[in-house]
Amino acid sequence: MVVQAFAFYLFAGILILSALMVITARNPVHSVLFLILAFFNAAGLFIMLGAEFIGMILVIVYVGAVAVLFLFVVMMLDINFADLRKGAMHYVPLGCAIGALLLFELITLYGMWQKSPTLQANRAVPSEKMADLTNTEMLGTILYTDYIYAFQLAGLILFVAMVGAIVLTHRTRPGVRKQKIADQVSRKAEDVLEIVKVTSNTGV
Amino acid sequence: MIDFDITPLLPELLLSISAMALLIIGVIRGNHSTVILCWLACAAFAIAACIVLRMPWESHAVLNNMFVIDEFAAFFKILILMGLIASLALSVEYIYLERMARFEYPVLIMLAGVGMLLMVSANNLLSLYMALELQSLSLYILAAFQRSSIKSAEAAIKYFILGALSSGMLLFGISLIYGFTGSIDFNIIRETLSQAQAHSPGVTIGLAFLLAGLAFKISAVPFHMWTPDVYQGAPTSVTAFFAMVPKIAAMGLLLRVLMFTFSPVSGDWMQIVSFLSVASMIVGAFAAIAQDNIKRLIAYSSIGNMGYALIGVVAATPEGAGAVILYLFIYMMMTAGVFAVILCMRREGMMVSQISDLSGLSKNRPVLAYAMAALMFSMSGIPPLAGFFGKLFIFLAAVQQGLFPLVILGVLSSVVSAYYYLRIIKVMFFDEAGEPFDPGMSFEKRAVLFVSVLFILGFIVKPNLVVNSAMSAAKSLSSSNSSDVRSLVD
Repeated sequence: MVVQAFAFYLFAGILILSALMVITARNPVHSVLFLILAFFNAAGLFIMLGAEFIGMILVIVYVGAVAVLFLFVVMMLDINFADLRKGAMHYVPLGCAIGALLLFELITLYGMWQKSPTLQANRAVPSEKMADLTNTEMLGTILYTDYIYAFQLAGLILFVAMVGAIVLTHRTRPGVRKQKIADQVSRKAEDVLEIVKVTSNTGV
Repeated sequence: MIDFDITPLLPELLLSISAMALLIIGVIRGNHSTVILCWLACAAFAIAACIVLRMPWESHAVLNNMFVIDEFAAFFKILILMGLIASLALSVEYIYLERMARFEYPVLIMLAGVGMLLMVSANNLLSLYMALELQSLSLYILAAFQRSSIKSAEAAIKYFILGALSSGMLLFGISLIYGFTGSIDFNIIRETLSQAQAHSPGVTIGLAFLLAGLAFKISAVPFHMWTPDVYQGAPTSVTAFFAMVPKIAAMGLLLRVLMFTFSPVSGDWMQIVSFLSVASMIVGAFAAIAQDNIKRLIAYSSIGNMGYALIGVVAATPEGAGAVILYLFIYMMMTAGVFAVILCMRREGMMVSQISDLSGLSKNRPVLAYAMAALMFSMSGIPPLAGFFGKLFIFLAAVQQGLFPLVILGVLSSVVSAYYYLRIIKVMFFDEAGEPFDPGMSFEKRAVLFVSVLFILGFIVKPNLVVNSAMSAAKSLSSSNSSDVRSLVD
């Protein structure tokens, strides 16, 4: 138990600290690196909860793809973050007030939370049935059977996103010279070479 | 066990597969095939509508109860497919004139259409959300379709950011509802809510968030801020599409969620919906008065019209729901005609959209002016045109439930809104004639305008045809698949 508690506080502490650094670091590249650290610690917390699949996905998708993409964008775009932050201080009091209000509401809401008496019976996939399976196996058994509809719909949404990204950014440029290897290979010497007999003292 | 029967999904499957096929044709043949793709897409919509008509309409849910087909869904699907055909037909010429004829245009409209068809068949909070996102994502892209225009980009960004916010609220609401009931299935939620003696405040707050997300999609006040800007900034053919179809799907979804799933807690949502309705009617009536851009005017008019439709939702009876369906149908037909006229407003090859540009239309293009006048009279609810009956049935359903304050406010705001509809007629007939519009009107626009005017004039001759089918569609909603519930819970 002591080891577990230690691991929890370690992960949680580093997570909060690095999350704080993400929004306070002056250099945006440092922010992204702290974000990656935050993802790793969150993944650790998920694994401690027994949700190893989500933990792994967090590392693979968020660290492997999303955060690296952020890093590229931040390094390649010339954005002056200091300018962006200039006006932000005006909104701090309003933001804090709204945040405090929301926090108060959420605390009251969860403080008087009730569950429906039939909550246990209502569950779509009772976990007792799958007690001896690992997380990944559990997801696999229901994702392509019970939730095939939602799964296919997610595929369609990604398809729209792909079409949209191409529609909004792809430009056909006229006048681009592309190498056409077939044309180059099929060219014959007589098409392009002319052999001229030059007599002396007359020039070409 | 899970019901893997996919025959009720045939129209959606057909549309999504043909969208992919059209995309392949477009990639191979390039942008000059856009016009063919548009007509092929229209043909696919028509075939899908035929499939819906031939399908058995008795209520049953398939695929783990995530997708339901009943008379209500089928009626909405036919409405949506009709709107899709009309809006795509109106776009064909416009996208060429504005040099935005890229082959993705019909493909995106089809995919948005698939999302809308799935929305009205959603029987689960998960499929509700996924269908809504499929639809919204396609709409965001369509709003930005004219890449050279800054206004179009601005409209799309606004729509996207506010849309993402509304999705967030929707999901938060869903999480609270799940937290109380332990299920996302509409049937089980309904069953649980009707059994529970005391309701957790969590459900009420979750329902409020869910409604906020859906109110954004139908642009009910106070979630309407995006509408005027998006309608004005988006290319006009896309605005026509936005005004006609997505709101029907969102309203269908709202009706199913409120009148079926959350009918046991109807007291909780009635207050919220009454507020949305009153606020939309008032803002729609008064804010439209100050507009000089016709697209912005239509935006405020659509906000007001959603307010009237919500009165029928508050009535919470099958008659109320039937009146809402009828109202949406009539509204869609009128909007199609109005946009057929707006899309003709071109001078020297440029789109103009000020209301003052319509001046002298009665001298330059008398047929167009008289058609527009009939549409405006119908929109303002003057008998014997169709628009009057739409409002009449809504108010009748509300009076039966004793919702007199709502009805009085509705009548008053429709008097106010008559001002700006009639102002358009005044500009067309009595103002100093301006430069004439470019001559010519494509066959598609003529056809849409003709059908629309014929519908609003001829509705009085045979009103029962539409009214009865709308009413019986609404009846199927409240009785919808309640028989399966027990077998599922056990």
